[in-house]
Amino acid sequence: MKFVLLLAAAASALVQAGEIPLAERRSGYEFMSRDTRAMQDDDTTSPALFSLMEGEALFKSNCQTCHADIKGVAARYPAVKQGKLVNLEQQINTCRTERQKAAPLAYESRELLALTTYVARQSRGLPIDIKLEDANRKYIDAGRATFNRRQGQLNLACAQCHDDNWGKQLAGTPIPQAHPTGYPLYRLEWQSVGSLQRRLRNCMIGVRSEPYAYGSQEFVELELYLMWRARGMKLETPAVRP
Amino acid sequence: MTTRRQFLFLTGGALATTPVLAQLDPNIAQKRKAALEEAIRKVTGGAPLRQGRVKLDVAPLVDNGNTVPLSVTVQSPMTAADHVKAIHILTEKNPQPHVLTAHLGPRAGRATLSARCRMADTGNVIAIAQMSDGSFWSEAVSVIVTLSACLEDGLI
Amino acid sequence: MAPVVVTVPTQAKRGEVIEIKTLAAHVMENGFRRTQMGELIARDIITQVVCTYNGVEVFRAELHPAMAANPFVAFTTVATESGTLEFKWTGDNGYSASHSAAITVT
Repeated sequence: MKFVLLLAAAASALVQAGEIPLAERRSGYEFMSRDTRAMQDDDTTSPALFSLMEGEALFKSNCQTCHADIKGVAARYPAVKQGKLVNLEQQINTCRTERQKAAPLAYESRELLALTTYVARQSRGLPIDIKLEDANRKYIDAGRATFNRRQGQLNLACAQCHDDNWGKQLAGTPIPQAHPTGYPLYRLEWQSVGSLQRRLRNCMIGVRSEPYAYGSQEFVELELYLMWRARGMKLETPAVRP
Repeated sequence: MTTRRQFLFLTGGALATTPVLAQLDPNIAQKRKAALEEAIRKVTGGAPLRQGRVKLDVAPLVDNGNTVPLSVTVQSPMTAADHVKAIHILTEKNPQPHVLTAHLGPRAGRATLSARCRMADTGNVIAIAQMSDGSFWSEAVSVIVTLSACLEDGLI
Repeated sequence: MAPVVVTVPTQAKRGEVIEIKTLAAHVMENGFRRTQMGELIARDIITQVVCTYNGVEVFRAELHPAMAANPFVAFTTVATESGTLEFKWTGDNGYSASHSAAITVT
């Protein structure tokens, strides 16, 4: 038994060998041009502003009475609630269906994006606060396995670009470390605000893999792993990214 | 999720339509260049474009062609007697050459303009300042675009 | 009402050149993109933005499909007198938006 435990510890240490050390963690912000950074920095002219404004209106009329202070909430998601792993979108929909008897909001719908943008904005500047605990250990492990697994026609694992080759150029664009520090964010490629899962789908299509469905367990586990991998980094929502 | 067969059918169908054939036109570069020259001619009425006085600030390599921030500043006292009437921004490689035309005047105080535009391909962005005395001044900046606007469908 | 955001100072000194930044929520569909079935997606853009200062036009811009989505246009104007700056956007398919900003000039 001790031998098995030792082997497991060694194996997990080996897996973590490819991970970026805390001192070297850098946000995607640092890989962008001065002009794109300026769009994120100026609150009054950020292209994500409209989503934020709509989210504020929605929050104030639907959520404010119960949730007066949501500072720090987004920094702790995805989280295990009542034995289930949920991300921010799912938590909002749970509130809607169970407490408000309202219909859930669809993934990537304008309203859900606006709400999650507003909620996450309240945690801007705070460090991502995901701790490895007994309750979430198996989900973090599952997310890590997905991150390290080769997939798609191009047979690439996320880790190969984002752990092993970050900083290098890929078709004229620097490869970032893939930390979800600014979601939901305005992606210039989309010309609109989108969620982390939308971005992950883009990546999967990029390696010619069939993307997981929105809200799938695989995605929420991967989100959790990515947030845990980025622990300690400051939240930037709503970010602007190429 | 489209099957491989569906995907091939779709691309085949898309390729068959005329405007897409236009994209495959071997003369497309020449046509775009001609369109730009025609657009400039409409702006200047044939008057020469002089170099100087115009500063076009745009990154030499943009993160994404879908949103290219740029700004134009023109040296001018902006008085009633001597001011910038209009600033025209055009591109060389977009499906059509115009981006933005701003009409200013002495009430602007400064001849300065900022905007976010789209670029479909690596090429020149041109800013033309139309002066109150009838002269035209311009600056062109070459910009590298690796991720294009306009021509890629939002499939994702 | 179509959302727009205008950043403009509420106070200025007479003769001061003030910066105005405008942002309008709009997809700016350029008319060159296609659906998965190969059909052309029709153009739908904001075509003009105008700023008037106590009724006098001080800025006008014509926008083309090459303007990015959620069009951002920034310019300057001289603070001549107290009053109202009116902003109006017009575009395809009957799009229109407006915004008013009061300014005190001393």
